[in-house]
Amino acid sequence: MPDKRDVTLAVNGKTYAVSIEPRRSLADVLRDDCGLTGTHLGCEHGVCGACTVLVNDKPVRSCLMFGVQAEGKVVRTVEGLADGDTLHPLQQAFWENHGLQCGFCTPGFLMLAAGALQENPDMSDDDIKDVLSSNLCRCTGYQNIVKAVRLAAREMRARTRA
Amino acid sequence: MNWIGRRLPRLEDPALLKGGGSYVADRASKAAAVCFVRSPVARGTIVDIEIPSDGIIFTGRDLVDVKPIRPILHRPDYVAIGQPVLPVDRVSFCGQAIAVVVADDPALAEDVAEQVFVDIDVADAIIDFEAALALDATPVHPDAASNVLVEGRMRTQGLDKAFADAAEIVTLDVRSHRQSAAPMENRGGLAEYDAASGRVTLTASVQMPHMLRTGIADTLGMPESDLRVIAPDVGGGFGQKMSLFPEYVVLVWLARKLKRSVAWIEDRRENLLASAHGRDQAFSLRGAFAGDGRLLGLDADLRSNIGAFSCYPVTCGVEPLMAFAELPGPYDFAEYGVRSRGVTTNTCMMAPYRGVSRPTLTFSMERMMDVAAKRLGIDAAEIRRRNLIKTFPHRSPTGLVYDEGSYLQAMEVALDAADLPAFRERQAAMRERGQYLGVGLSVFSERTGYGTPAYAARGMEIVPGYEIVDCSMDPSGDVVLRIGSSPHGQGLKTSLAQLVSDELGIEPQRIRIISGDTDATPYGWGTFASRSMVIAGGASKLAAGKVAVKLKTIAATLMETSPDNIELKDGWARVSHSNQAMEIGALARAAYHQSHRFKGLLPGLHESAVYDPGGTFSNACHVAMVEVDIETGGVRIERFLVAEDAGVLINPMIVDGQITGGVAQGIANALFEEIVYDDTGNLLTASFADYLPPTAAEIPEIEIMHMETVSPESVTKAKGVGEGGAIGAPAAIVNAICDALSPFGIELFELPATPQRIREALRRAGVATYA
Ligand code: FES
Ligand code: FES
Repeated sequence: MPDKRDVTLAVNGKTYAVSIEPRRSLADVLRDDCGLTGTHLGCEHGVCGACTVLVNDKPVRSCLMFGVQAEGKVVRTVEGLADGDTLHPLQQAFWENHGLQCGFCTPGFLMLAAGALQENPDMSDDDIKDVLSSNLCRCTGYQNIVKAVRLAAREMRARTRA
Repeated sequence: MNWIGRRLPRLEDPALLKGGGSYVADRASKAAAVCFVRSPVARGTIVDIEIPSDGIIFTGRDLVDVKPIRPILHRPDYVAIGQPVLPVDRVSFCGQAIAVVVADDPALAEDVAEQVFVDIDVADAIIDFEAALALDATPVHPDAASNVLVEGRMRTQGLDKAFADAAEIVTLDVRSHRQSAAPMENRGGLAEYDAASGRVTLTASVQMPHMLRTGIADTLGMPESDLRVIAPDVGGGFGQKMSLFPEYVVLVWLARKLKRSVAWIEDRRENLLASAHGRDQAFSLRGAFAGDGRLLGLDADLRSNIGAFSCYPVTCGVEPLMAFAELPGPYDFAEYGVRSRGVTTNTCMMAPYRGVSRPTLTFSMERMMDVAAKRLGIDAAEIRRRNLIKTFPHRSPTGLVYDEGSYLQAMEVALDAADLPAFRERQAAMRERGQYLGVGLSVFSERTGYGTPAYAARGMEIVPGYEIVDCSMDPSGDVVLRIGSSPHGQGLKTSLAQLVSDELGIEPQRIRIISGDTDATPYGWGTFASRSMVIAGGASKLAAGKVAVKLKTIAATLMETSPDNIELKDGWARVSHSNQAMEIGALARAAYHQSHRFKGLLPGLHESAVYDPGGTFSNACHVAMVEVDIETGGVRIERFLVAEDAGVLINPMIVDGQITGGVAQGIANALFEEIVYDDTGNLLTASFADYLPPTAAEIPEIEIMHMETVSPESVTKAKGVGEGGAIGAPAAIVNAICDALSPFGIELFELPATPQRIREALRRAGVATYA
């Protein structure tokens, strides 16, 4: 068995000390070592985006990054999106607009959108659709995902202005 | 307050949105990891399997006592073949599991699997199913005389006369290439061994948990009561997760053998290679048309590539026999001749995929209507008007009885919304500028919610169809519904809660629905074939209705009136025309704690109901408007309209979601997705870089309109709606592409209509395109 390395990860504001093989993907580390199974794996080759998390605020495909590379970085997963019992505006908008069916792709889309809106809160509707086309969903036909993110973006802008 | 008809946000969602969903992989991290060694070749004899000394590895030789998976149809034209869970002597398709490795974690299991050396004496594989039909073709299965494993035939008496009388005979050869349902969550199973009881709990990403339990118990020869199957949150299925796969049998076998918990989580490559495919079909049609455009008769030769094995429980008859029975679709004609064959090849097994045959058959009929219209100089909508079913119930040439629908009206509604005159003007103007717009129609019927008679008619040994629902109200007035359906993204729990709310007069939030656990639900058939809202919905309504009757009797006793005077609404039982009322929770408590007061009633509030309907037809018209780039062959969808009739909508938001998602898969079928093998049977599309599901950039907004024909064939008045989107879209899109390219006289009959195929057609028509 390849040697393990001790790594400390900062995920959703908590510190996780894990001992992991260098070949282990960040997705596997989050899921199996940190117990954060909200991050899903749909392809493990970087196409579907189900595994998207934020690393230092940027959306990253956690199946394409090694866990050891996350040392010293700040990771945010879908479990860290809501504020306690209050859903994040993106989660709320997905709920109200039927932006999910089986829910398997949903964490990836939420984190992708959260990262993109954090970087540019003023994305145009077209930009939003463009960004969302990085991930795959097999159930919804995307329409409601795009709509939910557009509405959430509006809501988030209104809140920052208020 | 009525709950039916409201766009209630789904009760399922909060957990899923917070990362709290629980899919099988989320439960598997403590189990030993299982990895399958798969055949690198499509056909050959296993000479030797060399296994490394330091791993836990099993091959077919270790599982010789396990029966093969051998689904049966009772038809003289069906040849049953067995699929060994791990083969001993030969491999039949590339990706077939031939050995299994157990290790501490998945990465280690893969390391060991890589050291397993398989020596196979490779034989020439039979990949092309048209070639497999040749009289001198080598049989894929030595125990079957030919490669045709199932065949349906019929011919009405007047068919020859219809062709003799025809003013125009339209002949076409249609090809649908192979596709994968490709749910975002791959397959996977966790088999947990309980040392105390010797039972195994298999948690798996499946659509039919009870069927899986029966199938595995039969195959392993174990008591069915020793197995519990759980379908947890399931990340999409679309038919792919209906079947009994060898991997699940092996998992349960391993758990019992090793007396430990084992888990297999499939990766995408395995899913594309070795789960199940569909839609690999070639249809040859001849239509006899009268001069006024009426279809007099249809003669069809239908071939479906069923792959290397027959899927359990629905068998390899599922595509060919559905095509056989339902090809006439929404059209009213009497004379029909058909030969429909399922052909085996050395490729991955065919299993149901959303729509099963109907995308291809709708594509065939709708292309034929357009071609006939052009030849006869009739408008595309007009030829349909003249042929659509208008009187109900309608009996098709194959004996199917269509309940009331709105075939014609749906088309008119869609056409109105599409504003064709304006489109034609724009189309003409753009053509002047060298831009090619086109519009395409697709009208179809979607047989949904059918019970046992439909499956029995196919001769299935295992006849699915009914649903049983248990409904109980606890002493606080909250309700638990136990269902045999097994939803995996359809929002069924929300829809059923709305339905039951109206029966019992309580809020949907007070109704908990338990599904996907064979220890906790009545035997049922899971979720597939657009059946759950109709059948599980029907049984839920009936069961809840019985509870309601009991509640009213109790209320009437306590408030000294007759049950007919009681109305259950908003949490209260009210006596009509009076101020008297009792909370439903108080009635429930009385039912359990004061049962001695209610003469003639059994204590408690627990009722069961069964529903086994004959089936009902939804219908729809799709209209696609596209622009084709004649240099690149690329297609952009400008507008996509759906006029759908699925009866009464329980939750319109969920219905629209089903339609939109289905249309997206239909668009994928029309333009993008294709499973490709090379000549030796090696899969060339084993990743999402090669097999191309569309993204948000390719799927336009879908404009949906609803019709609402109320059918007596469904107690909830709802018809099924799960598959229609996928059924209708390919035909509408390709008809639109052909309309766009009509200046070049191009007619396409192949799915998907990829840029390469469109460019090729353009080049053949003498148009310069990018090579
Ligand atoms: S699982 Fe990482 S991109 Fe698909
Ligand atoms: S909701 Fe199922 S894959 Fe997106």
